[in-house]
Amino acid sequence: MNYKEYKTIKKIKGDLLFVEKTHLISYGEIVKIKVGAGDIRLGQVLDTSKDLVVIQSFEGTSGIDKSASIRFLGETMKFGVSEDILGRIFNGRGVPIDKGPDIIAKEELDVNGAAINPYSRISPADFIQTGISTIDTMNTLVRGQKLPIFSASGLPHNDIALQVARQAKVKNQKEEFAVVFAAMGITNEEAHKFIKEFETTGALSRSVVFLNLANDPAVERIVTPRMALTAAEYLAYEKDMHVLVILTDMTNYCESLRQMSAAREEIPGRRGYPGYMYTDLASIYERAGMIKGKKGSVTQMPILTMPGDDITHPIPDLTGYITEGQIVLDRELHRKGIYPNIDVLLSLSRLMNSGIGAAKTREDHKQVSDQLYANYAEGKDLRGLVAIVGEESLSEKDKRLLKFADMFEDKFVRQDYYENRDIEKTLDIAWEIMSTIPPDELTRISPDTKKKYHKYKR
Amino acid sequence: MKKKKRDNMETKQNTGEIYRISGPVITAEGLSAKMHDVVKVGNEKLIGEVIQIEDNRIIIQVYEETTGIKPGEPVENTGLPLSVELGPGLLKSIYDGIQRPLPELEKQTGNFIKRGVVVNSLDRNKKWDFVPTVKKGDAIEGGAIIGTVQETETIKHMIMVPPKMKGAIKTIEKGKFKVEDVIAELDGGEKITLMQKWPIRHPRPTKEKMPPEVPLITGMRILDALFPLAKGGTAAIPGPFGAGKTVTQQSLAKYSDAKIVVYIGCGERGNEMTEVLTEFPELEDPKTGKPLMNRTVLIANTSNMPVAAREASVYTGITIAEYFRDMGYDVSLMADSTSRWAESMREISSRLEEMPGEEGYPPYLGSKLAEFYERAGRCVGLNDKIGSVTVIGAVSPPGGDFSEPVTQNTLRIVKVFWALDAKLSSRRHYPSINWLQSYSLYKKTLDPWYDKNVDSKWSELNNEAMKILQEEEKLQELVQLVGSDALPERQQVTLEIARLLREFMLQQNAFHKTDAYCSLDKTKEILNTILWVGQKAYAALDKGVRARDIVAIESRNTISEAKFNEDYKKVLDKAKKNIEAELKKLVEDI
Repeated sequence: MNYKEYKTIKKIKGDLLFVEKTHLISYGEIVKIKVGAGDIRLGQVLDTSKDLVVIQSFEGTSGIDKSASIRFLGETMKFGVSEDILGRIFNGRGVPIDKGPDIIAKEELDVNGAAINPYSRISPADFIQTGISTIDTMNTLVRGQKLPIFSASGLPHNDIALQVARQAKVKNQKEEFAVVFAAMGITNEEAHKFIKEFETTGALSRSVVFLNLANDPAVERIVTPRMALTAAEYLAYEKDMHVLVILTDMTNYCESLRQMSAAREEIPGRRGYPGYMYTDLASIYERAGMIKGKKGSVTQMPILTMPGDDITHPIPDLTGYITEGQIVLDRELHRKGIYPNIDVLLSLSRLMNSGIGAAKTREDHKQVSDQLYANYAEGKDLRGLVAIVGEESLSEKDKRLLKFADMFEDKFVRQDYYENRDIEKTLDIAWEIMSTIPPDELTRISPDTKKKYHKYKR
Repeated sequence: MKKKKRDNMETKQNTGEIYRISGPVITAEGLSAKMHDVVKVGNEKLIGEVIQIEDNRIIIQVYEETTGIKPGEPVENTGLPLSVELGPGLLKSIYDGIQRPLPELEKQTGNFIKRGVVVNSLDRNKKWDFVPTVKKGDAIEGGAIIGTVQETETIKHMIMVPPKMKGAIKTIEKGKFKVEDVIAELDGGEKITLMQKWPIRHPRPTKEKMPPEVPLITGMRILDALFPLAKGGTAAIPGPFGAGKTVTQQSLAKYSDAKIVVYIGCGERGNEMTEVLTEFPELEDPKTGKPLMNRTVLIANTSNMPVAAREASVYTGITIAEYFRDMGYDVSLMADSTSRWAESMREISSRLEEMPGEEGYPPYLGSKLAEFYERAGRCVGLNDKIGSVTVIGAVSPPGGDFSEPVTQNTLRIVKVFWALDAKLSSRRHYPSINWLQSYSLYKKTLDPWYDKNVDSKWSELNNEAMKILQEEEKLQELVQLVGSDALPERQQVTLEIARLLREFMLQQNAFHKTDAYCSLDKTKEILNTILWVGQKAYAALDKGVRARDIVAIESRNTISEAKFNEDYKKVLDKAKKNIEAELKKLVEDI
């Protein structure tokens, strides 16, 4: 291997270094940039030709001048894995930062992974109980799914993610999920909170944590989720574990992608984001799934904050096109002091129907979910009407629906941060709030089911 | 070193070196190439295609991941354009975007797709029973059928002479052969095998394109009656989630009178693609009772598979469709989704640093879409057989915004728009095709066929039904303001007739044994009955019967039983008799 060092930087721009007169460098190769004594930074080759190599520094370019020396390592970005990664905390580039021993890698895996052959996949169909009523009943998560949380600044998405990570389990199975947690561009304060939470609940021993903080270089964020997914795939497909991957915050990831694209002078697409953002995001999100002949699975819960609460912004929009649904958080519920502030009407799980039913959850699950959805939607519409015409002019039925919407938010949506409701409990609460509605108004529920579960109280 | 240089000199035309790598776009130098030639890139021989030629450099889009490839690695030009293999073994196959069989890839590289894998599209070892239909001395031309192979229980595969060949048969074989075996030789020395290749970006030649005068009969009442699609026509379906796109597509695959189904999953979700890949093979062909896969080819290129292969996948699919068309079959091709395909064009275009058009899409987006849809058609083949390729493309506009360029350009080209509506499906109205937003520009050209082959009153009945449905829409707005009781009597009756149309005619249960497929005659009879009820009801109204009594007659709902009964004529006759009796009684009671 040619370990020659070059001092032939021609141009520095943003996080990019343009180096000439090198030997032949492969695309995607990892680079060490020696700035001064003890200051060695990592970078990656973005564009390579016989005359010029473009390197992107993972640790910024500030302080680098044309005299910095460049060493090409001859290999692409890899992450060393072994069972020992469980319980450890890494930085965004996969270097341990928890003062623990070094990881003795059993295998060095390419962080970019490879596409799962669609023919080798299994359709996800195992119900995951998160203990959160709104998710379990109306937006059911299944093993191997990718279900993002669409949030906005100032909303408790991280708490919800932590609660899911703490409580998630497959019904009737003792085994817990291993959690791979990747933070991109979060603040030091938030990072502390996460780690403390993991430590106090004992979850850390079955977790792998990657932390890229807000003051870490933006480009490093491009590798962080890939590191995390490489760890997850190793645990799932080599070590037969069921892995839940939490990626927060994908908005910061996309911002870095845009920043890099701009530095490379690429032609921007919608709102300045690069045209390949769809494919780039797909290469992350599509690394969820279940594979024929493998016991483990990778389930993803990416979190993104919608800029300006705008769901049509390219980040949530493209994400929604790849993921199998979304959990949307609502600011109004949050203002009312309701936690978790999940807006069930905008949320959706595309794989829900394959994960529920008599054998998996309970026979009445689908019907209850449809009915809650219909009644809450109607009740919420009526709130708008009441503001105009006043409650007196409503019919009895409408008054009931209006009351139902309030009860739904207060009893069904609202739950404590430490409250873990199993699916039976959740469905029972649903029947309890539906007990105020006469049977003939429950149009989405079959007579048999009503007979068994519905107790109408006038 | 010296030897290597000499080697290079000798093969100067065919091999060169990589100069630059930027993602899936590679620049090579030192070799000559034509546009769209397939090249093998690097030591791992990744598949790529020439997309631009500049001075002595050529620009290649690579269909696989390029990480780890170095400048200076060899590039070899095959001299052939990106092609598909056509021959027995296509049916039942599951391919990726560049026609590599996914089960074979799994065998070779495991559950993850690795790069640089060379797999044959058609099985080289399987033997097929070839039955010749020509004899020695017969003069033949390109496209001529020289024999058949029973490819699956359902489909007979015609072995055709490649389009550009011509001559007299010198030898012809009979018996079991592999796809590469020579089965016939012409007097000019040309050898014919069971398999042929065709470049995917070139439409296969035909003698003549015919006007869209024959409908693709789908067995779905709303489509056949109100928004018909011609054989060889083009249609677009927008696919908002939860609107039942999958069920609609599967119904079309199962019941439409197209013999061959080509399904392209282009840039969609892996888990959803898996659903298609596992469900399709389990579907039963209602016509034969055999698996539907016997007449199906699936192409799957999910969103995380290489973007260039996604761009190629629709061409791969339509070339396969054209090949079956040339045998004289009616083929329906479904592309899900063309939006993802357009996005792959955008991505490659931006890598080429082309000047972007609207929303970053390349300025040639419209013409590429048009070129693709133009490959649909009902044609007279070189062998005088009439076959067709009908294209049904799904569009998935971001944020549900129909004004974006892909949807707009698509709607400019396609003649039929089936607007799937999530609101209808949440109301459990299936198929959830919105009758006010959908349209078919083939209706006029197809009406003569229907009037001749089904009933001379067909077009009249449909127009009448459409009129009532449109009027209903207007009346519904009024009802929301003033309540239905405040409407004039006549309009109350109209609302009821519209309800009958919606529930008994437009709604159809895709999972009911009898209702899943509705013959044209049955569609007509149901429609006719409902409109007849309308006439009788208005007549009763004129005689002074109150509207609220008319809309409440009990026997009106018995029309719905016809949907689920094989002997629909009897059911409808009985319903008519009862309705007539009830109305008569109302008139007498005044």
